[in-house]
Amino acid sequence: MNPPALADELPAGHRPTETASPAKPGPAPGARSPRRGRGRDRWIGVIFITPALILFVGLVLGPIGIAAYTSLFKWNGYVTAPMQYVGLGNFTRLFQDQIFIGDLKRGFILIVLSLVVQLPAALGLAMLLNQPLKGRTFYRLLFFAPYVLSEVTTGVLFLLVFSPNRGMAKEVFGWVGLEDLAVNWLSDQRIVLYSVFVVISWKYFGFHMILYLAGRQNIPKELTEAATVDGASPWQVFRSVTLPLLGPTIRISIFLSVIGAIQLFDMVWVLTRGGPAHASEVMAVTLFEYGFRRFEVGYATAISIVMFLICLVFALLYQRYVLRRDIEGAITVMGRK
Amino acid sequence: MTTPPYLSRRSFLGLTGAAAGAVLLGACSSGGSGGGEPGVQEIDWWHIQNGEPLKPVWQEFADEFMAANSGVKINITDRENEAFKAALTTATQAGNPPDLFQSWGGGVLREQVQAGVVKDITDAVSGWVGNIIPAALGPYTIDGRIYGIPWDVGMVGFWYNKDHFAQAGITSPPATWSELLAAVDALKEAGIVPIALAGADKWPAHFWWSYLAIRIGGLELLAQAEADGDFNKPDFIRAGEEFKRLIDKEPFQPGFLAAGYGAPDGQAAAVGNGQAAMELMGQWAPAVQAANTPDEKGLGDKLGFFPFPTVEGGKGKSTDVFGGGNGFAVGRDAPDATLDFLKYFLDVEQQRRAAETGAILPTVKGAEDAIKDPNAKVVAETFAQATGFQLYLDQAFPPAVGTQVNDSVAELVAGNKSPAEIVQDITATAQNQ
Repeated sequence: MNPPALADELPAGHRPTETASPAKPGPAPGARSPRRGRGRDRWIGVIFITPALILFVGLVLGPIGIAAYTSLFKWNGYVTAPMQYVGLGNFTRLFQDQIFIGDLKRGFILIVLSLVVQLPAALGLAMLLNQPLKGRTFYRLLFFAPYVLSEVTTGVLFLLVFSPNRGMAKEVFGWVGLEDLAVNWLSDQRIVLYSVFVVISWKYFGFHMILYLAGRQNIPKELTEAATVDGASPWQVFRSVTLPLLGPTIRISIFLSVIGAIQLFDMVWVLTRGGPAHASEVMAVTLFEYGFRRFEVGYATAISIVMFLICLVFALLYQRYVLRRDIEGAITVMGRK
Repeated sequence: MTTPPYLSRRSFLGLTGAAAGAVLLGACSSGGSGGGEPGVQEIDWWHIQNGEPLKPVWQEFADEFMAANSGVKINITDRENEAFKAALTTATQAGNPPDLFQSWGGGVLREQVQAGVVKDITDAVSGWVGNIIPAALGPYTIDGRIYGIPWDVGMVGFWYNKDHFAQAGITSPPATWSELLAAVDALKEAGIVPIALAGADKWPAHFWWSYLAIRIGGLELLAQAEADGDFNKPDFIRAGEEFKRLIDKEPFQPGFLAAGYGAPDGQAAAVGNGQAAMELMGQWAPAVQAANTPDEKGLGDKLGFFPFPTVEGGKGKSTDVFGGGNGFAVGRDAPDATLDFLKYFLDVEQQRRAAETGAILPTVKGAEDAIKDPNAKVVAETFAQATGFQLYLDQAFPPAVGTQVNDSVAELVAGNKSPAEIVQDITATAQNQ
């Protein structure tokens, strides 16, 4: 899954600056210049933070606030049109909307599939490509290449592959005589979500594979060698030595995957536009439809607020309970050592 | 002075400077197209004819007008249909409409009028608007004032492959709904895909349901629904049931639920390449079919047209017409030259030139003789004899209701909801307005 735009998750092992510095043992109260030096430090710090703070408030916090405000109204989006206050009406309507409930279910299915299918496959490939194979670098490049394509390009590519008349999928399946099976990738309501998942996996498994490869390099050879010398089988070495030491990488990979699944839009929009009949629709697509097609901007904003809250709650809980060992100084364990 | 151990002050300053520079550069590059030379009127023209045969014709008109009027510059932006709707939405919602843009009139235009983003051109066009066919002007007149001018008007009907019909033993086009269902059976017997449908685009499917509603309940049914937002009427439900009878026969091409209309493997291509026997589509159908064939000629004289059949026991007349046109609306801040260009565009000579391409049916009286294509002539004659006219539902109604109609019919086609359920959904949306 694609990483979120603002990567404010710290990779494992990074030590951030202290946010709340304890009182320093300063000089005697009479000495002026060190104390003024400290005040000047803070003032310079504030000046340098201000541009970033302005951008952050203006481009992130501000719009979130405006969106929260807009979600309480019924509005058709024109700046000249009045906004009708409905309180939490949009939200109650949202949780009674069959399409939105379906979006939550489909998003959940995509998350579970990613965690159960995509990530283990990436892990397995990474371990394979860590062996001294011939052409290992070439394979690593090959598997990483899909990640480099843009989502829209990938979507258009697979539209051609899945085309019922002249698509590559039909050709390839035809070689084994299964071409009837291959016609309905995107038009059968029961399987369209899984077809979308196949395309997403094709694009992102390379990214996770590279993450795991990088994490694997951090495991000292002596540990695995020691385990082998002690008589462990390759599987036991993997399970007891490699896997636990890959823990931080795997936890980050899961985090990025889940957040990416919640925010998924491009791939679904290009492949199916959420169709047929909402069978592959996700929250962001519903948001787009209501906001820009139906001109129900207040309702669409309510959807965006719900998406935001889901991501936020997940991120906070995940950092607090899962990543706690890997990160110190994160917002949820601030102050505790 | 305390400095973080891993980042020296110099590199920190360097980073901040680089970041500030990047932000400034980004701001510079995204500057808008405002301004220009003084004394030159710039017209921003957004149209959706992004291919043959009309794109070059529109370009010619613009070039000729600019040559004749030195103080005018026309900036053309042409986009595909859906992309245009998305771009127009953001522009008009922000209060920044283009000067001249594609419009189908109806409820969407009404919302734009209420938001004050389009110009009232009633007075400006009073000198020449009398040349336009009144029925075509209807959707562009809101509360008695004119906000746009149509340059194409037509109706939706069946475009069919004469060879396929002959092969299936169908001697004459069906005149009643039962005859149409029988024709579908005959085509399936002969191993031909009866109907091409773009399930992914949704609006082609709503043509079927709307026409059935018009044939069963008459035009009054839709006028009433537009007024009170209540679709929960027996005639609407019967329209859904009749449509379901057709859907249950599985008459559509394989993979139709994911097919687009103008896509290379979509509805128009299926008919144009002889893979399906017929489609229910508007007057532009032959042009789009041809554009999606390898030799760009389409079916040629193998293509025939017949109007939507009557439904037994229905109140609607066979001469009631469902369709729409294409026109341009004028943005609120458009310079005066825009109206002059519009007048030039709608001149009978320009209409003749556009009609010769076969892609439009002219709205200006006196240009009909330029229609060469025999099928286009049939459509024009059928339209000329129309006793009543209904604009596409997804344009006639406000955007939310129109989108709901499309979505609901798509759910009927996919087999997810019943005819009674979809009218409830549409009513709920209409009354939530």
